[in-house]
Amino acid sequence: MLSIDRSIVDAIVAHARRDHPDEACGVVAGPVGSDTPTRHIPMENSARSMTFYEFDSMEQLRVWREMDDRDEEPVVIYHSHTATEAYPSRTDVSFAGEPGAHYLLVSTREPDTEEIRSFRIVDGVVTEEPVRIVDAVVDPHAVQSYMFGQSPATVDYECSGR
Amino acid sequence: MAIEVRIPTILRSYTGGAKVVEGAGDTLGDLLTDLDSRHAGLKARLVTDAGALHRFVNVYVNDEDVRFLGALDAKLNDGDSVTILPAVAGGAFGFAAAAAISQHRAAAAAISQHRAAAAAIAPRVARSAVAAR
Repeated sequence: MLSIDRSIVDAIVAHARRDHPDEACGVVAGPVGSDTPTRHIPMENSARSMTFYEFDSMEQLRVWREMDDRDEEPVVIYHSHTATEAYPSRTDVSFAGEPGAHYLLVSTREPDTEEIRSFRIVDGVVTEEPVRIVDAVVDPHAVQSYMFGQSPATVDYECSGR
Repeated sequence: MAIEVRIPTILRSYTGGAKVVEGAGDTLGDLLTDLDSRHAGLKARLVTDAGALHRFVNVYVNDEDVRFLGALDAKLNDGDSVTILPAVAGGAFGFAAAAAISQHRAAAAAISQHRAAAAAIAPRVARSAVAAR
């Protein structure tokens, strides 16, 4: 399960939309061991491609050192697919080098639909996980009352079953 | 002659969990051979069978990407700091990715400096794609 703040998801989706039709990429850092993404860092896609992304190696060194200095780690590594579903490609799997990270994929193929999915990629094995968006803005007309245990401030996205 | 080497999480299984190790060598290639004598298997994760630096890692000497310093031939001095990071890359399509890799400036620099690297990159990506299928 990835728990991530609504404002960070919004910023990631905005970044992906801005760079569309090229793929966008970035990191969300968080305190080491917390599994909580707190600091959104949009990265440059040095490949500037519609089908490929790559962190600029010098920007990555700077950002990774900065995380180290702040006792942070890359909790989320995200990128967009601009014409296909938000599912890791074989290229994504071969490159996945952070076994502790949540690999978040955003698809911008539909201009009006937010498509985000999260995966663990360890030793070449892809496992989808649910995404919980916290502090979500809930349409007051959508839900009239809340049952015990329900929270109007979170939205859970289950895995889509692939 | 001691050179500090920073190891990324994914490779710490080779260093007994250590984040920083020390090694020696006049070039990056020599350093990796030296490290492999104490951390067996580490070099194979960084260098391809064809003897080029692996596509899936970034290696830095102090503040420079070694692809711009001669890759495995990059000269090292006592007190240098070497940092290894997993390259973060991917994308929607495997074949297009291979094309993008060949156009990438860092890869292009490596190719021009290392003819062996040119031969190694494309088959390596193709092999990985097959392995991941």
